Amino acid sequence: MILDWLQSLGQRALSFFQRLGRGHITLYYLLISIPSVLMRPRLLLQQVYSVGVLTLLIILVSGLFVGMVLGLQGYNTLARFGAEQALGTAVALTLVREMAPVVTALLFAGRAGSALTAEIGLMKATEQLSGMEMMAVDPNKRVLAPRFLAGVIAMPLLAAIFAAVGVMGGYFVGVGLLGVDEGAFWSQMQANVDLRDDVFNGIIKSMVFGVVAVWIAIYEGQDATPTSEGVSRATTRTVVHTSLAVLGLNFILTALMFGE
Amino acid sequence: MAQDETAPLVRIRGLRFARGERVIFDGVDLDIRRGGITAIMGPSGTGKTTLLKLIGGQLRPQAGSIEVDGLDVHRLSRDKLFELRKRMGLLFQSGALLTDLNVFENVAFPLREHTRLPESMIRDLVLMKLEAVGLRGARALMPSELSGGMARRVALARAIALDPMMVMYDEPFTGQDPISMGVLVKLIRRLNDALSLTSIVVSHDVQETAAIADYIYLLSGGKVVAHGSPEELGRADSAWAQQFMQGLPDGPVPFHYPAADYATDLLAGDEGDKA
Repeated sequence: MILDWLQSLGQRALSFFQRLGRGHITLYYLLISIPSVLMRPRLLLQQVYSVGVLTLLIILVSGLFVGMVLGLQGYNTLARFGAEQALGTAVALTLVREMAPVVTALLFAGRAGSALTAEIGLMKATEQLSGMEMMAVDPNKRVLAPRFLAGVIAMPLLAAIFAAVGVMGGYFVGVGLLGVDEGAFWSQMQANVDLRDDVFNGIIKSMVFGVVAVWIAIYEGQDATPTSEGVSRATTRTVVHTSLAVLGLNFILTALMFGE
Repeated sequence: MAQDETAPLVRIRGLRFARGERVIFDGVDLDIRRGGITAIMGPSGTGKTTLLKLIGGQLRPQAGSIEVDGLDVHRLSRDKLFELRKRMGLLFQSGALLTDLNVFENVAFPLREHTRLPESMIRDLVLMKLEAVGLRGARALMPSELSGGMARRVALARAIALDPMMVMYDEPFTGQDPISMGVLVKLIRRLNDALSLTSIVVSHDVQETAAIADYIYLLSGGKVVAHGSPEELGRADSAWAQQFMQGLPDGPVPFHYPAADYATDLLAGDEGDKA
């Protein structure tokens, strides 16, 4: 009994470290393939379109609603202390520091990450990757690295759009519906949101999340068992692992950036 | 690069390959002659596809060597291996067409990746290759719109796009209707002779393969059990070779999967399954 238990524990640990190792090998090949992607901007642009532009709608809609909810809740709380003038600051800081990078990464994992995993997993299952290798074309350079770089480029842009739309949503609710003073809303925001401390840190966060999200998506696709069941499992794993990694990393990054 | 013209293009010596516990090849020696069609035949699961992947350098043997055109495939650097692969085409059983590109772009793919030819020349080359497989009119179709046989012909056009010295076919006849089978049989022979290729056909379709092959290797149990021209194999002494070439249901390869005695098994009832 105990021996069986120990054995299965050891097996799990081993397979965990094997996966971790393979994941890092994947990352290594992605990174060394980046220069050749830069030589072929067309491939990169196509991928920026498919992972970035096609994710735009869900980012816009979510950003708007998140911003509106922040406006509403922020107003209710701040009004209790007579500080509703600070609504602009509260909405902007929440969005720029936390909500935009994190929610964008979660939405990205669901929309673009899962699609990447499924696409790469199916390319593997239908021998397209193997076929490319036999045509002396390196799939890392032709297929994987452009997707990786596109994700890393798209994520901060998407997060920035999310934040901008969110601020607009907060403005509609706070100024438009609840009657916060418009001048105070914007001027307080301008005075209290720091470019370096808040905006840059938010961008750094979303770049880190971008790397993690596409890395996991590409790795899972490449590592998927080449069957329909294997690809569906890999897709699920992408979303789950990316979400957990983003939330966990966000805490660490927040502690490093804002926890004085 | 110029090797002795009489030397075999592919020379396999003492090849040993195992997947986990399962030994797939155990001491295989094989020569593929230049300019001919060599068939590698054997029952399903004898690792015929694996052999092609070993020759293409996608898998690494545990022992033995594979030389292609005088180069030891598994000692080459990645760059050299890629150079070598440009001179060989592999036709996957599934076709392995890129599903996001249409027929024309699929055939153009190796040209675009490996050459700096102007667009007009790429167009001409692609149309020539497609004409050779009879699918010039299908250039705008997507892979999902092709039948299995057409997909294989497009893959064949792509495999010869860079004018390789050798084309390897993985089960080209499997799952084809009689017409597309006939088309493929004819194409393999015609392309081999017209482009002075060397072809390796992996298959278990005895009739079709024997009709076009110049030389046949029969693989079973990880070894070469017989080899020779189709006529020689038809007259071979080996009972196994006879069973395979004539497709007999029983012989050295038994019809039954190994099992306990039939009568004992039936009488044992449920007990038998627990044992």
